[in-house]
Parts: sequence; structure tokens; C-alpha cells
Amino acid sequence: MLSGIYGFLSASFFVLMDAVDVAFTEAAVGSGISPLLMLLTVALVGRNEKHESGKSIPALVLVTITGALLIIGTLSMPEFGSATAPAQTHVGPHYIEKSGSEIGIPNIVTSVLASYRGFDTFGEVAVVFTAGIGVLSLLMLKSSTVQKPVVTSAHKHKVLRIVSKILIPPILLFALYVQFHGDYGPGGGFQAGVIFAAAIILYTMFFGVDIAQQVVSFAVLRVLAAFGVLLYGSVGLVSMLNGGDFLDYSALAENPITGQHIGIIVIELGVGITVAAIMVMIFYCFAGQVNDTGEAGQ
Amino acid sequence: MTQLFTHYNYWIVVVLMMAGFFIVIAQGNLVKKLIGLNIFQTSVFILYISSGKITGGTAPILQEGITVYSNPLPHVLILTAIVVGIATTALGLALVIRIKKAYGTIEESEIQQRDHTC
Repeated sequence: MLSGIYGFLSASFFVLMDAVDVAFTEAAVGSGISPLLMLLTVALVGRNEKHESGKSIPALVLVTITGALLIIGTLSMPEFGSATAPAQTHVGPHYIEKSGSEIGIPNIVTSVLASYRGFDTFGEVAVVFTAGIGVLSLLMLKSSTVQKPVVTSAHKHKVLRIVSKILIPPILLFALYVQFHGDYGPGGGFQAGVIFAAAIILYTMFFGVDIAQQVVSFAVLRVLAAFGVLLYGSVGLVSMLNGGDFLDYSALAENPITGQHIGIIVIELGVGITVAAIMVMIFYCFAGQVNDTGEAGQ
Repeated sequence: MTQLFTHYNYWIVVVLMMAGFFIVIAQGNLVKKLIGLNIFQTSVFILYISSGKITGGTAPILQEGITVYSNPLPHVLILTAIVVGIATTALGLALVIRIKKAYGTIEESEIQQRDHTC
């Protein structure tokens, strides 16, 4: 709960810092998915903890000394909000001045993310994918051969059922808007992916994993997660076949700007698909574990 | 004294970072350690984002009539870092669940004890 509030607070902080794209992501991840996973884990491993004394005083001393040293170190850092700080003078101005004419989309964050730093983003998507595979291999879902329609408590709760019906479609629509409007406003594949996943996770929480799996099955998620990464990579390959470099979108069409547009939309789609699929998959894995231990407990 | 008003962003970062660090080294509970790592991670996010901020600047979306934009580069780095962060946190939590299954506990001291007795 506190962690959710913390996530929301840091999201509003990022809006103040002009980082609207980052704020979107943090709002969905920090106050939605992350505390949820923490709670599920606590539900699985039990909330009792042993109190150990004697460790905290040396730790406190160490932390205080490190903190003091770091604060002394910050005194030589540039002032907050200064326009002449080293961070603002190297590659940042280039992006701000040139991206409008080179890439042709208003949202600089998207053009840096998808085009200038396309390799980097490809790597990040691959890391998300690998982490998803890691979770999958650690917490393998038992494939239930018998599809028994489990009527969970949410079916009896009228309020929950109706609220979910009102809330979930707009969230999905909003995720799609964020996905395809990422060129012009704040948004993009990463944000849309987590928002989309949040909607499906909400549905899973209301109706249980079994029913949610009838809507979005596990096999589909696995295919989608891999498909997103491959889509991203294949854009790079197509641009190579057209005579450009890997992930050089200007080679995708006659007009370099059009090529950039196509490339960015397609790779953002790939990012969105992978992120959404992996997030839902991770949640299924965790929730499936809870169900298993719950049934064993009964 | 002027330092206090021009560098407060770094101080917030340091406080958060040390809070996270303290949780990681002082708590024996593995879930709490992960929460500490999360707080540590957020402090790094704040460090990056606040270093990209320019006074009087606005969000880096090109518009008519605006000349000062905040630096978009830290935004890009942190945007992806958040999503990667949640994925790796999930991996860590999955490991915790497996440790609980294998050892029956998630307290660091008890796990080490069991390793030594084996």
C-alpha cells in the first residue's frame, strides 16, 4: 500500500520535472504492477518475519558515513535546473534542435528512444523478454488438463463485476491511444504495454486466473512475447535488406522521413506487444502459485 | 547556505538511496531486501530525471513558440529502466518464492545456517 503511494508520488514528481513519458510508465508500474507483485509474494512466503537485533547499528553507521560522503560529493555538482550543466551541453541540444527535421515527429523522447537509440531499446526489450523467460522457468505454471470453471468470489460481488466492466474497456482503449499517439504526445510502446497489462491484470484479479486464461491464454502470451522482439529485430533486417544499416529506418521508404515514421510505429508496436505479454505472463505465474498453495492448504 | 537551495535535488536522492541501502544491508528478510533495492533504484531515476531538468523548460515535445526544452536523453534512459526494473524485480521475487519452497524460510540467517549444516 505504502509502496503504491510511493510509486504514485514519484510519478507526480516526474511530471513536475517535465518527464511526462517517464511519469506515465512510473504511474502504471510503480503504483500498479510492482506493489501487486510484492503483495503476491508476501502472500506466498508468509508475512511473519524474525527480528534480528545487532545488525542495524553497524549498518546505520555505515549508511550515515556513506550518505555524508555523497552529500559532500554533491557540492561540486552543477546547480539544479542549470542550463549550462554538462548533461545539457553534449548530445541533448542536438536531439532538441535536429530531431524535428531528421525524424519528423514532435515527441523528442520517442524519436530518441526509437530511432537514435534504437539499438539500446532493442537491448532493453530483449532484457525484459529474458526476465520474463526467467520468471517462467522458475515458476512454471502447471498446465491444468481439466478446465474446471472456477466461480470465484468476484462473480458474486455485483459491485466488483460492474466496476470492472466499466473500467477495463476504457483502460484498454487508453493503452491503444498511448501506443499509437506516442509520436505526437507522451506515450509509446513501453507505457502502452504496461497500461494494457494493467487492464488484463485487473481482470485477472476480479475473475481469477482460470477465467482470465480463457480470455488471454498462456500459449498466446508466449507467442506474442517472442513475436514483439522478432518484429523489432525484423524491422532492422528489412532496413538492412533495403541497403541501410541495422535499424536505419530512413532506408524503409523512398522518403527518409516516411521511413522513420514507419519504422518507429512498427518497433513501438513490437515493444508494446512484448512488454504487455511479459507483464501479464509474470502476473499469471505469480497468481498461479498463489492458487496452488491455496488449494494445497485446503 | 546557497548550496542548500541549489542542490536539494541531490540531497533527496542521497537520502532515498541511503534508506534503500540501509534496508538492503540491515534486513534479513529477502522480500524487504528487494523493496530496499526498489527504493534505491527509484533514487537513481530521480537523479537522472532531475539532472535533465532545465529551469523554465518544458516537456520535450516540439511545439510552436517554445524554445527551452528539458533534456530528453535522461527521460529515454529512465523510461526503459523502469520497465526493465519491474521485470528484474519480478525475477527476484520469483527467486524468493523458489527459495521459500526449497528452504522453507526467507530469512537470510536461517538460510545460511541450513547451508552450513548440510
